[in-house]
Amino acid sequence: MSNDEVYWGKTKRLMIICLVIWAVFGFGIHLFARSLNQIVILGFPLGFYMAAQGSLIVFVALIFWFARRQDAIDRECGVAEAD
Amino acid sequence: MATQSGASDFTSNLGKIYGIYTGGFFVFVVLLAILEQIGLPDRIIGYLFVFFTLAVYAIIGIVSRTMQVSEYYVAGRRVPAFYNGMATGADWMSAASFIGMAGTLYALGYDGLGYVLGWTGGYVLVAVLVAPYLRKFGAYTVPDFLSARYGGNLARLLGVIVLLSCSFTYVVAQIVGTGLIASRFIGMDFQVAVYVGLAGILVCSMLGGMRAVTWTQVAQYIVLIVAYLLPVVILSAQKFGLPIPELTYGQVLEQIAAREQEMVQLGLATAAALKPHVEPFINLSAVNYFALIFCLMVGTASLPHVLMRYFTTPNVREARKSVAWSLLFIFILYFTAPAYAAFAKLEVYTTVIGQPLAGLSASEGLDWVFKWGAIGLVKICGVDAASAQAVIDACGKVADHPGLITLADLRLDNDAIVIATPEIAGLPYVVSGLVAAGGLAAALSTADGLLLAIANALSHDIYYKMLDPNAPTSRRLIVARILLVLVAVAGAYTASFRPADIVAMVAWAFSLAAGGLFPALVLGIWWKRTTSAGAVCGIAAGFGITLLYLVVSRYYPVFGVEWLGMTSLLNPVTGAPVVDVAAALAGDPATAYTTLASKVGWFNINNISSAIFGLPLGAIVMIVVSLLTPAPSREMQDFIDEVRRPRGEAMMKEKAA
Repeated sequence: MSNDEVYWGKTKRLMIICLVIWAVFGFGIHLFARSLNQIVILGFPLGFYMAAQGSLIVFVALIFWFARRQDAIDRECGVAEAD
Repeated sequence: MATQSGASDFTSNLGKIYGIYTGGFFVFVVLLAILEQIGLPDRIIGYLFVFFTLAVYAIIGIVSRTMQVSEYYVAGRRVPAFYNGMATGADWMSAASFIGMAGTLYALGYDGLGYVLGWTGGYVLVAVLVAPYLRKFGAYTVPDFLSARYGGNLARLLGVIVLLSCSFTYVVAQIVGTGLIASRFIGMDFQVAVYVGLAGILVCSMLGGMRAVTWTQVAQYIVLIVAYLLPVVILSAQKFGLPIPELTYGQVLEQIAAREQEMVQLGLATAAALKPHVEPFINLSAVNYFALIFCLMVGTASLPHVLMRYFTTPNVREARKSVAWSLLFIFILYFTAPAYAAFAKLEVYTTVIGQPLAGLSASEGLDWVFKWGAIGLVKICGVDAASAQAVIDACGKVADHPGLITLADLRLDNDAIVIATPEIAGLPYVVSGLVAAGGLAAALSTADGLLLAIANALSHDIYYKMLDPNAPTSRRLIVARILLVLVAVAGAYTASFRPADIVAMVAWAFSLAAGGLFPALVLGIWWKRTTSAGAVCGIAAGFGITLLYLVVSRYYPVFGVEWLGMTSLLNPVTGAPVVDVAAALAGDPATAYTTLASKVGWFNINNISSAIFGLPLGAIVMIVVSLLTPAPSREMQDFIDEVRRPRGEAMMKEKAA
C-alpha cells in the first residue's frame, strides 16, 4: 500500500469517528429528551441541558481533538506542512 | 502595514493591538457610564456608542487598504487560527443571532434549541469534511473550487447562482437589522439608518477587501460578545450572587416550571395554551426539530461566506484549528442565549402576567413594557402597549376580560428579549447603548462577509475567470470594488423597503446552500469517482428541488396542493392538520393563498427544512450520473490526491502581476 493510501485510510477512519460522535450528540441523544428531562441537575432537566449546553461543549471539544489527531496523522505519514 | 515586513510586525503584535483595543473599549464604556451619571442625555450616549464604534471600524478599514490581489481576496493568507476564529464568529453571528435568537428561545422553549444545536454542530462538518481541503486547494471563492474540480465554467456558474441566491437576501436582512437597531435605540429614522449602515459596511470592505474585513471583524467580535454577555451576567449576579448566568438559569427554569403550574391554577393561562418551557416537541414535531437541526448544520458547512474565512489561514493545520476556535467563540454567545430567554420569561411570567389592570399605571418595574410597547415590541390585548391607559382601554374591549393580564393577552416580539433585558435588570442606559453597539457590530460584520462573498463571486468568478481572463491586476481590483459598491447599494435599496419576509428568507439560505453545494463539495473531495456531469446534474437537482419546495409552499401553496400533492402540515401535539385545505380551496382564491402559505408541504416538513428533500436528491443524482459517465481522468485523480495532502503549496496560483 502506498503512503498516500495509508494516510487517506487513517484520515477516513478519523472522519468516520468524528461524524459518529457528531451524529450521537447532534441527534441521537435528543431523541430521548423527554426521558432525560426526568433527571434534574442544578435545576436543569437533563434533556434540555444537553440541547442547550452539553452537545455544544462536545462539539467544541470534538473539533479541537480532531485538529490534534489529524495533525498527528499528518506527521506520522510525513505529509504534514513545515512548522 | 503596507510592506511585507510591516505586515509580519502586525501579525506578531496582534495580541498587544487587540488587548489595547479591548482595554480602550472598556475605558470608553466606563467613561460614558460616568457621563450618564452627571446628566448626559440617553440619546447622546446612544449616538456616541454608534459613531465611536463605527469610527474605529472605519479606521481599521482604511489602515488595511490594499492593492494586492491575494490581500484583497484572502487577506494574504496570514491570519492566525485564533484571530480567524474570532473573525469567523463575528462573520457568523448575525443581527438575528444577536437580537432575535433569545426571543426565539423564549417563544419556542426547548424546540427553539434546534437553532442553537443547528448553528453550532455544523462546524464539525466544516472542520472534518470541507474547510482544510478548500484551504489546501487555495481557492479565492467557493465556485473556484467547483470549477477546478469539475473542469469548467458550467460548474462555476452554478456555484455562483447558488451563492447569490443564498447570500443576497441574507445581506439585505443584515442591513434591515442595522436600520432597526439604530432606529429603536437612538431614534434614528429607519431609512437614514439603512444608509448609515451601508456606509459602515463599505468603509470596512471596499478599500481592503478580505484583509480589512478580517481585522474589523475581530474588533466587532470583541464588541458584540461583551455587549451580549454583560446585561445577563449582571442580572444573574443580582438574582443569585453568581455572575455565571449559564449555571444559574437552572434555578430560573425551576421557578418558571412552578409559575407555569400556578398560572394555570389561577386561570391566567389555559392548560391547552400553555407550552411548558422545557417540554420537547410541542412547538415543532420531533421530525421537524431534527430536520431543522440537520439543514442548519449542513447549511453551515456549505455557506460560502463562512467557508471563505478559512481561505485566509497560513496553512491547512491552522485552518483546522481555526474552525475549533471559531466554534468556541460562537459557543460563548449561543450557550448564553437560553439564559437570556429563561431570565426574561420568569420576569414576564411573574411581573407582567397576573398584573391587575387597575393598578397598572402605579406598578413599579413595568417601565420597559411601555417603553418598548411604544415602538411595537410588546403588545397587550392586541394593541401596542404604549402606556397603561392604552392597555386598560384595549383589554376593556375584550369580552369577559378578567381584569388581570393573562398569558393570552401578551405578545412579545422576538427582538424584545435582548433589547429589554438591560431595563428589566434596572441597569443604566449606558448598558442599552452597549447592547445597541453590539447588535450593530453583529449586523455589520455579517454584512461585510456576505457582501465580500457576493462581490468576489461576481468579480473573480464571473468577470475575471469567465469574461476577461487577461485582465491586469489593477483592473481586476477596480472591477471588484465597483461591484462591491453596486451590490451594497442594491442591498441597502432593497432593505429600505423593509421587506416583511426577509427574516424568514435568511433561514432559507441554509437549506439552499445545503441542497445546492454540500454534495458537490463533499463528494468532490471524498469520492474520486464524482464526474463533472454528475456534479452539474446533482447541483441542479438538489438546488432546484430545494428552491421549488420553498417557493411553492410559501408563495404558490394552491399550485402545490393541486399539482404537487402537498398537504396540510400537522399540529405537533395533536397531529391534526393545521389548515383545512379542502375548505380553503373551495373558498375565495385570494384568501386560499393567505390561509395556506407556509402551511402546506410534503410529509409534514416545514419549508425552512426544505434541504431535507434537496440534499439527498442532489447526492443521489450526483452519484448515479457519475457512475453512468466515464471516470475522471488520471490528472483529475492526481489533483484530488494533492487536495487531500496537506504538504505542499496552495494549488491555485496567482499569476505574477
